[in-house]
Amino acid sequence: MALTRVTSTSARRHPVGPRAKRSLGRALIYAALLLWTFICLFPIYWTITTSFKSAVDVTQAHLVPWLDFQPDWKGWRSIGLSPDTLFATSTARSEFVNRFVNSIITSVGASFLALILGSLAAYGLSRFRYKFAWMRNDDILFFFMSQLILPPVVLALPFLVLYKALALLDTRFGLILLYTLTVLPIVIWIMRDQFNSIPIELDEAAFVDGLSTWGAFLRIILPLAIPGMVAAFILSLVLCWNEYFFAALLTSTDAKTLPVMVASQTGSQGINWWSMAALSSAAIAPLVIVGVFLERFIVSGLTAGAGK
Amino acid sequence: MQNSIPVSDDRHHKPASPPASAGRKAAGRALVMLASLGFLLVLLIQLLHATGTIATGFSDWRPILIAYLLWAIAFGIGQVLTRGERGQRALFLLPAVFFTVAVVIFPTIFGIYIASLDWNLSSIEGPRFSGFDNIRGMLNDAYYWNALGNMIFYGVAVLGEYAIAFGLALLLSAEIRGRKFFRVVFLLPMMLSPVAVSWMIGKSLLEYRFGPAATLARYLGWENPAFFASPWMARLSIQAMDAWVSIPFIMIILLAGLQAMPREVQEAAKVDGANGWQSFWHVTFPIMLPVSITVLIIRLIFKLKLADIVINVTAGGPGGATDTISSFIYRVYRDRSNVGYGTALAMVYLLMIIVLLTVLLRLSKRWTQKVV
Repeated sequence: MALTRVTSTSARRHPVGPRAKRSLGRALIYAALLLWTFICLFPIYWTITTSFKSAVDVTQAHLVPWLDFQPDWKGWRSIGLSPDTLFATSTARSEFVNRFVNSIITSVGASFLALILGSLAAYGLSRFRYKFAWMRNDDILFFFMSQLILPPVVLALPFLVLYKALALLDTRFGLILLYTLTVLPIVIWIMRDQFNSIPIELDEAAFVDGLSTWGAFLRIILPLAIPGMVAAFILSLVLCWNEYFFAALLTSTDAKTLPVMVASQTGSQGINWWSMAALSSAAIAPLVIVGVFLERFIVSGLTAGAGK
Repeated sequence: MQNSIPVSDDRHHKPASPPASAGRKAAGRALVMLASLGFLLVLLIQLLHATGTIATGFSDWRPILIAYLLWAIAFGIGQVLTRGERGQRALFLLPAVFFTVAVVIFPTIFGIYIASLDWNLSSIEGPRFSGFDNIRGMLNDAYYWNALGNMIFYGVAVLGEYAIAFGLALLLSAEIRGRKFFRVVFLLPMMLSPVAVSWMIGKSLLEYRFGPAATLARYLGWENPAFFASPWMARLSIQAMDAWVSIPFIMIILLAGLQAMPREVQEAAKVDGANGWQSFWHVTFPIMLPVSITVLIIRLIFKLKLADIVINVTAGGPGGATDTISSFIYRVYRDRSNVGYGTALAMVYLLMIIVLLTVLLRLSKRWTQKVV
């Protein structure tokens, strides 16, 4: 009797030990995950809720809407985007919309230009062998990639002088050129990876069908490369949308982008918490939406070529 | 220029197209010659106009840009005409090459020239050649060396970002529920504009009087939670913000590496009786070393450009403790309008980066080869 009891408890304890340890491990994993989730989301949560706070709620550090404080459209009213001011004329809103449009035009324009230039170069580099003086394909690729290390300061001041001479200072086109430059290496990298994954037999089949080099590229290969193009485009969009340094130096009134507007608000007139919060929320909203819904493209863009 | 034309060979087994006829070749050459002459003519007119030799000319240099564009198009057409199929192939690469030359190579060379000038945009005198005066000034500029020292701190801090990112990547690759949700959330900080982040975190969350982080710090017993008052604390706060924005990038690449790792390796380690830490340290980490080094170098490259958060949160303060080279040069320009000096500083910085990265790439090649 005693003997059987001992064996049964030991038999029971044996699987229990590791299981308890495992569930403790799992609990720790989830705790760590939740902690980092909190770290990632709290600043965003704080910014969005602050845009609905009045001065008292800010100074008393109220956190939870309706429970702690009564949400109010104050911040959004100050940039003319609250429901009651949405249809009235507002100078603050027209300035915001202007900057917003500038940001969209420059980032979309630059991403498109980079995608066109980058896809062509990447296809060439993945399919043909070039010789450019002493440079072979790998050297040419390195030449493009080496643009990445160029810090913006190196180019910023020469560009300031050049753009003044070219009458491109404070124009969207000038910014588009610069942004294209900053994302071009990344686009070439992603697209070369994409084209390398498309079998070369498809090109050959197209030639057999009588298509020219460009015909094969445009009709057969390019449609197959769309996933890579979307990834490259979205990644470029994110980088251009958030760019601040060039925009701060090279724009003043007409072509000012959203980050410059956000930055300029913090300096003057003390900090107007609710309107700053509303402005920041509006500035990050497009990319938060992009991040939530197009996350897989961003991931595939970032990891292009990393798996090898 | 003419003899450095890209030459492409056959990689396809495409029957070579008939060689371009002599007439087409001549037409192509003539076109390129004509376009080059036209471009040089426009350039000459504008140069003479700018130096005041002749009265006719353009009000700004924009026609030069258009002339360059037209010349590039003519050059492309000339390639196709003279070299047929090979010209068509060169056409894939040429736009990107011309673009890069126009917006990187030329401005960089121009920048080297500016760096040798004593040029204050706000003064009436205009540029004046000063040779190595700017470099000499730089050697005595304590703020520049201070900023360089800060860059070393920021650069080393990349290792900390990497450690956290590796931890997160391991968490995400564990068997968990809602992985997709966590992945999206962990990625979000990367999407946010650093300028917005510098307000959201630097100026509001870490605000001394009523920012939630300060409140929390007071609750935890830190009586005087000033995140930007003492030099080290300010540096750490800036670094923390930059880490918040950039950890997702490192994490995603490491996660991809972890997922590409063959499962059998892990299982073999388990069969051999390795515990969690051992199998990480002796199996996972060495396998991940090539990916790790790549991502660390890329991250370092981006770190060396760090500017926007510093400019917007501390403007380099207190006393230059948080300055990066970029933010310092930005202030040199903004406060003193000193284009020549700022460019000289930037050029020296670029040289240092090139040397550093060349050394790192050499070393990393050796390390990664040892593992593979």
